[in-house]
Amino acid sequence: MNSLIDFINALGKYDFLQSALITAIMVGVMSGVIGSFIILRGMSLMGDAISHAVLPGVAVAYMFGFNILIGASLFGILAALLIGFVASHSKIKTDTSIGVVFSAFYALGFILISMAESSTNLHHILFGNILAVSDSDIMTTAVVLGIVILFVSFFYKELLITSFDATYAQTYGLKVQILHYALMLVLTLVTVSALQTVGIILVVAMLITPAATAFLWTDKLTTMLFLAGGIGVLSSITGLYFSYTFNWASGPAIVLVAAGLFLISFLLSPKQAFLRHRVKKTAPAPQAAAVETLATNEGGDR
Amino acid sequence: MLTIKNLTVAYDETPVFANLDVTFQVGKITGIIGPNGAGKSTLIKAILGLIKTQQGTVAYNDQTMKQVQKQVAYVEQRKDLDLTFPINVFDLVETGTYGRLGLFRSPGAKERAETEQALAQVGLSDFKKRQIGNLSGGQLQRVFVARAIVQQAEIIILDEPFVGIDLQSETAIMAILQQWRDQGKTIIVVHHDLNKVSRYFDDLVVMNHGVIDYGPTSAVYNPANIGQAFSADLSAVLFTEKTGVGE
Repeated sequence: MNSLIDFINALGKYDFLQSALITAIMVGVMSGVIGSFIILRGMSLMGDAISHAVLPGVAVAYMFGFNILIGASLFGILAALLIGFVASHSKIKTDTSIGVVFSAFYALGFILISMAESSTNLHHILFGNILAVSDSDIMTTAVVLGIVILFVSFFYKELLITSFDATYAQTYGLKVQILHYALMLVLTLVTVSALQTVGIILVVAMLITPAATAFLWTDKLTTMLFLAGGIGVLSSITGLYFSYTFNWASGPAIVLVAAGLFLISFLLSPKQAFLRHRVKKTAPAPQAAAVETLATNEGGDR
Repeated sequence: MLTIKNLTVAYDETPVFANLDVTFQVGKITGIIGPNGAGKSTLIKAILGLIKTQQGTVAYNDQTMKQVQKQVAYVEQRKDLDLTFPINVFDLVETGTYGRLGLFRSPGAKERAETEQALAQVGLSDFKKRQIGNLSGGQLQRVFVARAIVQQAEIIILDEPFVGIDLQSETAIMAILQQWRDQGKTIIVVHHDLNKVSRYFDDLVVMNHGVIDYGPTSAVYNPANIGQAFSADLSAVLFTEKTGVGE
């Protein structure tokens, strides 16, 4: 408990910790929200790919001193277009196309970064360094959060229908492809923001784990979006606390907390009900009790 | 009238069908029958503009399909959808209003009322809060028909709507189709088996890599056409049985 009080005291005292907390909260929200659409579209691998493919963009931005968001968006979108192009112009399946393109981008990123070694630290890009967030980083993250919120609120129904039933959306004339690439663009922006908190390797965990956890608790998309954002925030703050207290790397700490929340949900959530199913299978004796739990669950499972 | 002229579709080198001509009448329920791989789904996907065509035209009363895109409703096969998606029955039916709302407009009171009404029409008002994975196949099919009602389309295309559903749902859906017909809409149904063909469809298109014959069911549903599309044996069994039972 003492360590918690220490953490709160430190928050009051140190600017760097405040900056870290604000960034962590913003990144938690945006990755949970965008991650929800990524997992519902069955694009977890694509999320992983795009988050890795921005690396050369980050390197180039450092080398030539322009905004990291621009460099990353450029390479993120280029990767998404290439993946789509290879998959649709050959007999190669999309997941294979993703594997080829993103590993190539990632490799290119490594070489570029080693060339630009001077001011950047590869370790921080790979694993995040939330305790070294600058004011301009906070501003950038805030802008991205704004874009995410605007994008999702303006295109909510389009995102919903293309995630659930893209064929139907096409029949009434929605430009499904354009929306896909817009989502990929927003995804690259989120990736760049999450770079600072969890690093490029673990960005995918921030996108997928809180969203997957939220998915286990609800049958409504709006609830899922808010829940995923909330779980993202909770993971970020708790991870930051562990990072500060035990001197753990911030990225892995945040991701482990998110994974822990997922595990709890996997065991307890009504939709998943892993434990309940287990109990029912192994101990059929107290039948009345089992029936009662089922009944209180208002038909959560079929 | 929905007129298809000289239509050719090929996924690879060999076309699924070539130079296909067929018309669908307004105010009729038209069935499309044929064996697996006959090109039934390909034909409706071409009508819907979901796939590239090599040549040919699809026109509705002298307008292109692009011009009447918002007037077309499509009820696809249920197996193509993710039933774990976090969406309930009401919200799914409401997506039928998205096309006419366009970008940046959300469904309001009017759209919600239309959704309620469509749900009542298919007898699913009590299920509106249910997540779609917790429905039977027949109930889910009725949900998609309700979405088509909400679309208020002039042309309604259904792909295998009666596969794996209960009799109650089949009857309910058939009643909706007849209602649409009486309102003067054009209804096209891809159908998998030959049962009830003469009872369900006013017109019939018989396919097997192209159109073998089309027109009023009474004229088209005959041993020669069925024999050519499926097999002579099946045709023989079907039509002797039919006269035997006297349906």
